Amino acid sequence: MKTCLVVDDSRVIRKVARRILEDLGFEIAEAADGMEAMAWCRTAMPEAVLLDWNMPVMDGLEFLRQLRAEPDGDLPIVVFCTVENDLDHINRALDAGADEYIMKPFDGDILESKLMLAGLVA
Amino acid sequence: MRPQDVEVVRGVVLARSGVVIDPTKTYLIETRLAPLVRREGFASHAELIQVIRTRHDDKLMWQVTDALVSSETCFFRDRAPFDQFRGEFLPELVASRGDRPIRVWSAACSTGQEPYSLAMIVDAEREQGGLKGTTVELFGSDLSERSLERAQSGLYSQFEIQRGLPIRMLVRHFEQKDEMWALSPRMRQMVRWRRINLLADLKALGQFDVIFCRNVVSDFDEASRRRVLEQLALALPKDGRLVLGVDESVVGVTEALQPAPGRPGVYVPTPGYRRAA
Repeated sequence: MKTCLVVDDSRVIRKVARRILEDLGFEIAEAADGMEAMAWCRTAMPEAVLLDWNMPVMDGLEFLRQLRAEPDGDLPIVVFCTVENDLDHINRALDAGADEYIMKPFDGDILESKLMLAGLVA
Repeated sequence: MRPQDVEVVRGVVLARSGVVIDPTKTYLIETRLAPLVRREGFASHAELIQVIRTRHDDKLMWQVTDALVSSETCFFRDRAPFDQFRGEFLPELVASRGDRPIRVWSAACSTGQEPYSLAMIVDAEREQGGLKGTTVELFGSDLSERSLERAQSGLYSQFEIQRGLPIRMLVRHFEQKDEMWALSPRMRQMVRWRRINLLADLKALGQFDVIFCRNVVSDFDEASRRRVLEQLALALPKDGRLVLGVDESVVGVTEALQPAPGRPGVYVPTPGYRRAA
């Protein structure tokens, strides 16, 4: 089973994402900020990361940059999932190594569609 | 809505579009008609139906049809037909057509996501030299004026651009415009639009090397389905291809087309089938 690490400081969003992702056949790990997420990745690199942008301690962009510099940090498919919805943010995310990008609010269809585009679900 | 009002609506839509409305989906019919009722200043659905019954207002009946047949779609819907278009159809047609333009028709394309998805593929292939100078002409059609207007505007909501469209294609082809996302004028100009009723005589449209007509004929009554498929067959050259929706087929409907071997969802004109005038 593929593991998806859900990184978001909102417990509600993590819960919503968990429910959708579990239905799509993922095992879920959760982190509330970039630092926690980094600790997860160093212990067990997940196949996928659903990543919020604005979080305390370490934001999503900083996490992504550090992740991509880790050994095997290029392996996870990273999908941003954030309220930041302008081209500037999207381009910065892609430059930092994001694979896909979701603008909140999202629903199950959008999440599934994006995971499909990223090659994570058939 | 009263059952007899539902029947009036079903009759209007069937006569104009060939689409069969499920009479048990009263709630859906009411929801779809609500904006029209509001826009035209009727007090209720019943009043709208009453006016149709007594005045036979053609414009109003078309608006009712419009409201009920327009359907949701998304970019690169079902993915596989687009991979096939890019990986197989285009290279084959580039090789066989040479200097002649390749003509591609997205029939009943609703708000335009399908022809624009094709345009993005053509653009990428052209950039990578895959077209070898062959031009590709893209046509989009729909029965609904409102859908066509939306398609032509190239404006999509944040919700719409997140369904099926890869983020890199969004970055490449779209710009933000207030709350919406606007497709670049260059891409919009790649598609030519026309209001077409698939039940009308289609001979004047000429020939198309590829026709996408997906998730359309399955809503039609049997006679309309046969008529449309046979007309589309006439619009295909011998080596033309028709792409239908995932759950659609010509089998048992018409002999004018047959499944393309090894290509699910793709149909080709039956060789030797007598082409009725």
